Amino acid sequence: MVTLGDYLIVSGILFAIGFAGVMLRRNLIIILMSLELMLNAANLSLVAFSRFRVLPTGLPDYNVQVFVFFIITVAAAEVAVGLAILVALFRARQTTDVKDISSLKF
Amino acid sequence: MPAFLFWIFALLMLIFGAAVVVNRNPVASALSLVVSFLGLAALFMSLDAYFIGIIQVLVYAGAVMVLFLFIIMLLDLRAEERRQISWLTSAGAVAVALALLFQTFYVVGHFKSAQQPFPPLARSTTDDVRNIGLLLFGNYNLPFQIIGVLVLVATIGVVLLSRREPR
Repeated sequence: MVTLGDYLIVSGILFAIGFAGVMLRRNLIIILMSLELMLNAANLSLVAFSRFRVLPTGLPDYNVQVFVFFIITVAAAEVAVGLAILVALFRARQTTDVKDISSLKF
Repeated sequence: MPAFLFWIFALLMLIFGAAVVVNRNPVASALSLVVSFLGLAALFMSLDAYFIGIIQVLVYAGAVMVLFLFIIMLLDLRAEERRQISWLTSAGAVAVALALLFQTFYVVGHFKSAQQPFPPLARSTTDDVRNIGLLLFGNYNLPFQIIGVLVLVATIGVVLLSRREPR
């Protein structure tokens, strides 16, 4: 029997993978992809809680799913802006490596 | 959904999610991300959230992935060459990720409701587009409008950012 805890643990592992990707990788594109993984891990636990809380009408809590819809929209906008910044950066510096972008570093 | 299907899709999602981080070639990472998101969409469907599962496939496996692949092809990124990695930074990152994971296991282990199976639904959720749409245009009308403005601002911002500077 699959319980709520199984979904939460899978979501936690996915978040940890995304977090490790953001910290370990130096390629800006891979960092953006890892950010997507983290956002989706949050979505998975939200949908699991939505299904767990069955309302008196016998349906899952749709307020949470509306929230997930907003998160997906914002994430798509964020990827578009992030990739546009990446293209502008590549034009200026010919690199996507975060180690090469250290002008603001003390 | 039977338990073994849940574990198959969860493992698929986690293995390809790890492949995103491990692969050196950005194209391979992007394609692993597609498989990972398809597994995630299957998990959404297993939670009776059909609408969320379908927009997951449409938005992520469709639009966002085309965007990633397009940028990788446009910039002509090759596989990263091996560089001297800083062991201290890597060890720190892995330690924080493991601490996060341990914390998740601890909290879920001590969370009473997490051990219960999902309560049965009285009605089918195959018409959840209707229910979500009613909420979206009723209760959440103002946030919906704000999201629309946000997407408009993002579109204009992307056009401005990717325009060449006039000289």
